[in-house]
Amino acid sequence: MNRFIQDLSEKNNFQPTHLLRILREVQAQYHHIPNAVIEQLADLLKISRTHIVSVIEFYSFFHLTPRGHYDILISDSITDNMLGKESLMTYFAQQLKVTIGEVRQDGLVSLANTSCTGMCDQGPAGLVNGYPLTRLTRPRIDQISTLINQQIPLEEWPTALFHVDDNIKQPDLLLNNLIQPGDALKALYQRGLPETLAEISQAELRGRGGAGYNTAWKWHLCYEGPEENAFCEVAAQKKQQRYVVCNADEGEPGTFKDRVLLNAYAHQVFEGMTLCAAIIDAEQGFLYLRGEYLHLYEKLQAVLNERRQSGLLGPNILNRGHNFDIEICLGAGAYICGEESALIESLEGKMGIPRNRPPYPVTQGYLGQPTVVNNVETFMAAAAIAVNGGQWFARVGTEKSKGSKILSVCGDCDRPGIYEYPFGTPIQTVLDDCGAHDVLGVQIGGPSGVFISNQEFARQLAFEDLATGGSFIIFNNERNILEIVNNFIHFFAHESCGFCTPCRVGTSLLKNQLTKIMDGHGSAGDVVALEELCQIIKKQSHCGLGQTAANPVLSTLERYPELYQQQLKKISYEPGFDLDGALETARRLANRNDAGAHLTQVEETYE
Amino acid sequence: MSNSITIDGKPIPFSEGQTIMEAATAAGVYIPHLCHHPEYTPHGSCKLCNVKVNGRICSACTYPAMDGQDILNNTQELTDDRQKITQMLFVEGNHFCPSCEKTGNCQLQAVAYHLNMLDDHFPLFYPTRAVDASHEALMIDHNRCIFCTLCVRASQQKDHKDVFAISGRGLNKHLIVNAQSGLLKDTDISMNDQAAHICPTGAILIKHTAYQVPIGERLYDHKQIDQVSLASETLKHDK
Amino acid sequence: MTNKIRIATTSLGGCFGCHMSFLDIDERILALAELVEFDRSPLTDIEHCTNCDIGLIEGGVCNSENVHVLREFRKNCKILVAVGACAINGGLPAMRNFIPLEECLNEAYLYGIGVENAQIPNDPELPLLLDKVRPIHEVVKIDYFLPGCPPSADVFWKFLTDLLAGREPSLPYDLVHYD
Repeated sequence: MNRFIQDLSEKNNFQPTHLLRILREVQAQYHHIPNAVIEQLADLLKISRTHIVSVIEFYSFFHLTPRGHYDILISDSITDNMLGKESLMTYFAQQLKVTIGEVRQDGLVSLANTSCTGMCDQGPAGLVNGYPLTRLTRPRIDQISTLINQQIPLEEWPTALFHVDDNIKQPDLLLNNLIQPGDALKALYQRGLPETLAEISQAELRGRGGAGYNTAWKWHLCYEGPEENAFCEVAAQKKQQRYVVCNADEGEPGTFKDRVLLNAYAHQVFEGMTLCAAIIDAEQGFLYLRGEYLHLYEKLQAVLNERRQSGLLGPNILNRGHNFDIEICLGAGAYICGEESALIESLEGKMGIPRNRPPYPVTQGYLGQPTVVNNVETFMAAAAIAVNGGQWFARVGTEKSKGSKILSVCGDCDRPGIYEYPFGTPIQTVLDDCGAHDVLGVQIGGPSGVFISNQEFARQLAFEDLATGGSFIIFNNERNILEIVNNFIHFFAHESCGFCTPCRVGTSLLKNQLTKIMDGHGSAGDVVALEELCQIIKKQSHCGLGQTAANPVLSTLERYPELYQQQLKKISYEPGFDLDGALETARRLANRNDAGAHLTQVEETYE
Repeated sequence: MSNSITIDGKPIPFSEGQTIMEAATAAGVYIPHLCHHPEYTPHGSCKLCNVKVNGRICSACTYPAMDGQDILNNTQELTDDRQKITQMLFVEGNHFCPSCEKTGNCQLQAVAYHLNMLDDHFPLFYPTRAVDASHEALMIDHNRCIFCTLCVRASQQKDHKDVFAISGRGLNKHLIVNAQSGLLKDTDISMNDQAAHICPTGAILIKHTAYQVPIGERLYDHKQIDQVSLASETLKHDK
Repeated sequence: MTNKIRIATTSLGGCFGCHMSFLDIDERILALAELVEFDRSPLTDIEHCTNCDIGLIEGGVCNSENVHVLREFRKNCKILVAVGACAINGGLPAMRNFIPLEECLNEAYLYGIGVENAQIPNDPELPLLLDKVRPIHEVVKIDYFLPGCPPSADVFWKFLTDLLAGREPSLPYDLVHYD
């Protein structure tokens, strides 16, 4: 153990910023992070053990106690649930003779739930030791259970089990105009750096992660610094390190387009990052890849190497004197790291807790230096704009939303997959194209977005109408809206980083209050209490996660108030916990079962 | 060029680099807070100091004062929300004031008094949390920890040690100490550390001092937290 | 006498300390008696309450009988008031919530020091314990809360005189205490 950790630390130059990558390897090696390793790492990296422990306990994929040698996680996304995840999970547990959430007695296997793994178009899905299992069926589960019980190493499992499809169904502006490696950089140097930034500005490219911040302006701010720095000595300003970060922590349930873009068009994404680096004068870039996409890691490394060999990455790119390289950092199971400042914290080897703002990452990001954080799709679009010009992009879309949007379409439709549309496209068009029938509603932008009803399908994809990072989940009329909402609310309670009070406590209170109503224990005041809770979480939370965590309830409460009201009893109040169940232990110990040993949930009439 | 903001209509001067909290405190305006302390880097987690800046909610302890900001602090809406946030802190942990030796000197309780909080409003979680009484002079009652990180910051920034950290995620957050055993007695904390005295609740206590001041004669029994806080913090902000 | 405000009081999982504190209003009780009459209460020995205006509940919900009594009060009182720390958050009795009920009963009746004739009581006359002590607002709807352990006599006085005068009851800073 000693040697392994020593070598691992050395390989990572004893850098505390590399803590996540070190812990990932330790977890893979020992199926947990042993205490002795924590002590050793604290010593080698010169950080406190509390720092290491807090990081381990923050990320879902790290454990202080051993997981199974085969650690299986099943995606608990709503789409996986719609494809029968629940009964498959039960079946899996039976076949493996393991309790859900626990490790089997012999330590060979563990089985648990995990947040959406980004395989919504080919679920039910899961992960085994971090690698994706798709299209799970009972026969597949039988097969996997046998492989595990025979202790066949993962490398020898049939590759079909791990097969991931791209499912690109409808290309448009970007996907029909892919660039060749190097084209954008050549165009950049031909046209000039400021001129290329001007093209991106003219394109009115906005961030594709969902928030829609103007990309050219972000790059400009990162390079120029805020106004108050404008008077600083130019030399001092130039000496600053700047960083380019690609946010591939695609954790919003229902989203998987970044997985496909990185699998199929990594060159163009990296090209976009390199372009940005040249413009803002950055020498180091990071691709923050969500832990669930471990299977892409080797392939992406190969693409980076290819680019280094072709002079598109590394020292003196295209002999233009610019040095830039990209490092791939894997996450470890935390939705919150999709928030840009939490992502930066994570890159620094810390818990993914969103920072206080200002300062914003463009002025103080990675290691306190100016940093551009953009979505995978944004970098891809930027590269295309460098080649084709701003006009080419800006002529597509709406007034406030130029260009196209790549959607991850999933849920109840015949052809789930990747669809690209010009901004301004009505929702109905998407539904027609993907073969959605008898639609009840669509969740646009994932749980943090909005649920629209089938009366709203004329609405458009656009920042000014329905903004989305790409998640597009379709529900047909057989689906139960409250169950959908419940799945989303559980997701947020599980993913809240816990930093601020309204989100940490509020999301759990919300989960319990919704359960009370859904289980039929609610009365008149309970929907009022539910909404009040939603408002405070939305208004008072620290970051985007908390501010959107109540959206599933708020957007359905607005559209389907009767659904909530129908759950309520016509009484003044009912307890939110099971009263008779609360007597169970006492009944058993007193060995009683008489009428007096029971309680009704609501009051009976009194004599 | 005069730098000025208004809080609830009252003009308040500030100097460059001050947060809204610092400017307000210096001007004698109290903004409720728990995780903020003038001697330590602002944290911004409790959210009690959330104010409305030009219509947008911001944490006063971390948000910079900027010329012309129109700030709302003492409004019914904010007081209601602050009361609910305080109630969240109460139901999340186990806060039984009558049996807590910090009662009367507790900032969580005092803020709740100040906000006229009469009940817990939400269902209680009753989490099972431990007590660490291993240290001869100090103890940690995790039931009362509100994750403000004041002990973490005090230990790092004043004591130049690294005794505490907040670990875990979401509702599973918890305070941990820097010892292989996980026990306070095996850390290098000492009685004289700032970290030992900074806890705003009864989570970190000095042993053998519990009832030296009788209940009814304690800090917040007769003085509101706004007076206490302004009196002590104005000086510290100025330093 | 039918115009008098009818008040009922009870203690669930409490220590009657709140009742004692109520009596600390001392001679003011004479003025109060002009305006109110007591229905079910330890002060009157009336066993069940009927058509009351105000119900004052001390103590949290520890057992099945507490639930029945609380429901009777809710049904018969126009205004129901949680009085004291235990009614509001379970109070000291709720500190058993962190020990599994089985362990509590085993310690008390089976394996504890000095236990004779070890047996967990099973007489049907005895109410069964809930696995956790609960504040009363988690079992019935509560209209007002009077914090304190106990709330001082002045709290009772202020609250009742507000109500009797038709004012929305409120407690000034110096009357709000949790200890």
